[in-house]
Parts: sequence; C-alpha cells; structure tokens
Amino acid sequence: MKVSELSRESFRARLGGEGVRLAAGPFNCRLQSGVSEIADELAHLYAHHPLIDDSAFVDFHVAIQPGHGLRRWVRPQARFVVDAIEPFTPLPRDQSLPMLEWGLNWCITAYSQHILVIHAASVARGRHAAILPAPPGSGKSTLCAALVNRGWRLLSDELTLIRLDTGELMGLARPVSLKNASIDIIRDYAPEAFLTRPVRDTSKGTVALMAPTQTSVEAVNTPTRATWMVLPRYRAGAEARLTPMGSGAAFLQLADNAMNYHILGARGFAAVGRTVDQCRNYSFEYSRLDDAIAVFERLAEDAK
Amino acid sequence: MNLVLSVLRQPESIRQLGPSEWDLLIRQCRHANLLGRLYERLRAAGLEAEIPDRPRNHLQSGAFMAEQQQFSIRREARFLREALAPYEIPVILLKGAAYVAAGLPAAQGRLFADVDILVPHDRLGTAESALMLTGWQSTVSDAYDQRYYRRWMHELPAMRHIFRGTTLDVHHTILPPTARLKPDARLLIEASVEIPGLPGVRTLSLQDLILHSASHLFHEGEPDNLLRDLTDLDMLLRHLGQDDTAWDGLADRAERLQLSGPLSLALRYTARLLATPVPVRISKRLGSDATSGIGRHLLDQLYDRMLRPQHPSTADGFTPLARKALYIRAHWLRMPPLLLAYHLAHKALFPPAQEALPAMDDKKAA
Repeated sequence: MKVSELSRESFRARLGGEGVRLAAGPFNCRLQSGVSEIADELAHLYAHHPLIDDSAFVDFHVAIQPGHGLRRWVRPQARFVVDAIEPFTPLPRDQSLPMLEWGLNWCITAYSQHILVIHAASVARGRHAAILPAPPGSGKSTLCAALVNRGWRLLSDELTLIRLDTGELMGLARPVSLKNASIDIIRDYAPEAFLTRPVRDTSKGTVALMAPTQTSVEAVNTPTRATWMVLPRYRAGAEARLTPMGSGAAFLQLADNAMNYHILGARGFAAVGRTVDQCRNYSFEYSRLDDAIAVFERLAEDAK
Repeated sequence: MNLVLSVLRQPESIRQLGPSEWDLLIRQCRHANLLGRLYERLRAAGLEAEIPDRPRNHLQSGAFMAEQQQFSIRREARFLREALAPYEIPVILLKGAAYVAAGLPAAQGRLFADVDILVPHDRLGTAESALMLTGWQSTVSDAYDQRYYRRWMHELPAMRHIFRGTTLDVHHTILPPTARLKPDARLLIEASVEIPGLPGVRTLSLQDLILHSASHLFHEGEPDNLLRDLTDLDMLLRHLGQDDTAWDGLADRAERLQLSGPLSLALRYTARLLATPVPVRISKRLGSDATSGIGRHLLDQLYDRMLRPQHPSTADGFTPLARKALYIRAHWLRMPPLLLAYHLAHKALFPPAQEALPAMDDKKAA
C-alpha cells in the first residue's frame, strides 16, 4: 500500500498519532508530527512511497513537535526530534516541513557509517547513474530537478549513498529541496511537478520542496552503478560544455564531499577509488537547462 | 523492557527477537552508546550471521566509528608524548584511551568523546603550557568555571586541539580533591605501566584501571554513559581472570587507595546486572553481596534505574526521581556541603548562557 492510498483524514490521524511508517529507499522511517498544518503537503511529497508494516524495523523514528511552553503560541517554534534526541535548535514553526527533510538528512549522515555518504545529487537512467557533487549555489539541485522531470530517475538530490561491499548506489527518492530563484525556474520548466508553497527566511533563503516522480519512487531499489561523475557549475550565458576531469581531481571532489570519509578510513578510500575508477568524470558548465538536458541525453545514449 | 542487558547477558537470545524487538534494541543501544560494543560482542559469540540486515547496518555503523577512533587514538598518544617528553612528563592514559592503547578487551566497540591523561600534580602547570604550545586550547571561557576547575577539580578544564579537534582532559588525580575519598595519585603513577609498542606512553595498572572506572562510575551525576561504563567494568573484571591472588590484590589495592567503597558497588552491580563472575570470598570481604540495610535498598533502587539505556522505553515513574537523586548523590560525594551550597547557588544565580547551536552540518547536509 502507498501513502496516496490513505485518505486525507487517515494520513492526518496517523501523522498526529502513532506515525506514518514508510520506506525511503534503504531506510524505513516513522514520521510523526504535532504540527498538523504540514500534513497535506507532506502527503503529496511522499505520495508514491510504500507504507510498511507496523511491526517492521524502523531505522529513524522522527517527529516534528511544537515549541515548548510559550513558544507554542508566541512567535511559534517547531522542534525536530529523533527518538527523544533533539539535534537542532528549534526553528520558526512555518519552517516545519523543510526542517523535517533536513532532520532526515541529519539522521542519515549521523547514523549511517556502514555506507559512504556523499553530499551530492544523483540521478539514473536504467542501471546507470550520474553523481553530481557540488557546493551550494552551483545549481546542483536545479539541474537535478530538471533532469528528473525529463526522464531521469531521482536517486537523491542531497545525499548520494554508496554501498561499501558492492559499490552500488542506493536511491532515496525523497523530495528535492529547491532554493530561491530555482523555485520559479522549475515551476516554469516542469509545471506538472508538485512543489510545496515556498517557505521564506530559512537559513538557506526561500525553500520549496519538489515531490519525486512516481517512477523514481517505484524503481528506487533498482540496482544502479555510478557511471558518470559530473561536477556542475551554473554560469550565466555559458554554453553547455563537458570537460573531462582527471581521476585524481575526481577522487578529491568525491572525497571532499563525502560526509563520513574521515570515519570510514581505509573503507572510504577504497569506495571513493572504486567509484572514480568506474566513472567517466567531467566538470560541466551550463546556463540553459534544455542544453544541459541534451548533454545528459547524449551521455545516456553512449552508455547503451 | 531493557533489551540491551538481556542481550549482553545472553547473546544467543537474539535468535528470538522479532523486527520490532530489534528496532527497540537498536534504539536502546544508540542511547547507551553501545552499538559498536554489542556488534563486537555478537561477532565474538559467532552470531553475526544471525543479525538481520537492517539492525546489522546500525550495529556496524557504531563498530566502524569505534574502529576509526581506535586507529586515531594511538596517533594522538604519540602527539601527546612529543609534546610532554621534552619536560620529562610521562603520558599516562586513562579510561577509554587506555583500554584502546593497551589493547584490553574493554576496548571492543568503545566510543569516547575525549582522551584522558594523568599528570603529576606538581607538573600540571608545565604540562598545560607544553600542551598549549603544541596547539591545545582550553574550551572553557567562563571565569567562574575556570577558577572552579582549578581550585576544586581533579582535572583542568577540557582542552581541544586547534587543528585535529580532539578533546583532552588533563587530570592530576582521579577524584576531585574535595571528595570524601582521597586516593593518592602518586601511588597510581608509581604503579603505571608502559604500553608495549608505544614507548613513552603508559596506562594505569589493570587493578588501578578497574578502581578508576569504579570510582568514576559511582561518582558520576549524569546517567547517559553509566551502562556503557558498567560494561567496561565487566570486561575489565573478566580480564582480571579467576586467579585468587589477582582478586585479593585488587581488594588490597582498593583499601590502600581508599576506594573499597566504589569497588564494592562495582562488584555488586556488575554481578547483579551483567552476571560478572566475582569470587564469593571477595564479595564477602567487600560486602558487595549484602542484601539488608535501607541504604543498600535505596542505592539499588537508584542504580537499577540509572544503569539502563536512558531511553524512554526503559523509564518508569521513578526514573525522574532517580535522575535527581543521582545528581545530588554525585555532588554530595564530590564536595563538602558548604562548597556545594555555594556552587549550586552560583549556578542558580548565573545560569550558563544557552548556546544557540547551529543546525548541525548546516553547510553540508541539506
């Protein structure tokens, strides 16, 4: 059964009560919220995710709860709680939904040292995936959102997960976090995509979340290997252009963006090395999304 | 339901766990800082193949973190030796760092937040300067707290290395000088032993490591790591073996260091909760098996609650009270009443500024 098969009331009741239990790729999550106004948007964002059994093992028990005491009413706040632990200071209540997503990202980075976790987007065609590591502001999420609306499967827009044993990628197919100008760009580019109402004045500016496509969620567990590592950079007016990158530079890019490279030690070194070796590595400059998509289309053709 | 204890006592019992029990076990282990240790325990018992995939990921995650820390601790010990050797100050490792560097079983899956070392009291100033010259900085900026540590505590305010980020606690003895029990640090230093393969780096003797662990555990006011520390004691005591002379030696040493009290409690609760084998003769001698007495009964009520994973699933109606009692007991043991009153009054009048933590990994995750 999928989230979208729950009635609006039943989703609300679960979220406010025992929690909505769903699978996001390799992680089972139980989502609870004492902040009821996020329910409808949350149900849209996770519409295609499968619900899991009440007795199934849950990796992350997370909740958004209203602020303590007066902060429930005066300049109301929301708190992110994972199994009685609060890793962040509270945020204004209208940031509840982005906070839930940031919180889930925190859980994955804090509790998953059995895999290599890279701060990067990843998208896939069939069994071939492209990893897009890049600093904030490089247009990574925008490019990722555009690709996902033009036939690529979303693995993740924020955290790319690589298994240490097989080197395969694990998809999450969780919402894409769009910031500032990219919100309107994607609205124009993919009017059919579901975007939440923008939340202003977060630490990252204005944020809206885009729901992953149905195929991304349904095919999330397809075994996928990294085939390309593409370091994107948006530059106004630039022609879309791929430039091959040496494997040494590519290694540093991946290692530098790995959240737990220092914890994994030799295992992390091996996993990054293997990924770089099996990928064609590029840096990529672009300004127009359509041109960028065409470049990725050619990459996908070559892999066939 | 305290699943951690039952699985630590009987690793084979994991065969009977269903998915929701595994779920609870992992959550309790995470709260008790025991994920890595449980994984090592199950592996040693040949049960690795019996762990379902999802819980195994979490256990392995904890074990990998511990493994990496152990790797870096030996490196850290060498840096400390380089900093202190020119002043002929020995590096004597305590607690987790000592277990790891000495390769004791109690190192298995052990995570720790800081490195602890013991320095002779009369060399404390020199040691602090030498450490500052090699990049260690005090983490405490509040003037009251600085003075408080230096006058009343058994350690300097924690130091952090400016490049490596490691935290260091420099002790000059193992209990606050204001505590009722006054173990003589000179005896500990005299009996310290050099670690094979790490020239110039020492640890307390096994007996003294046990006594330090016991006195630390039963003077502690925060419950978060108590169960983890009890498993340390269990492993250290098992490592002592069943040899009578070793146990008599331990009891004699405790008397000499004024630490028979904490040792007695350590033997009581390791035997009670983790089934640690303690020779009957020794528990009689230390009175750790006593069943009567209202004081004993109250302590049992307190420690049976605090020596649990501090997770909502193991709490009962008395847990909040036990938490307060533990805090008060710890302060009572560590300070004379007048000083305690002064300290608590200061903390009440000038509460520490609430630090606004930045959202973790703000710049990277999310």
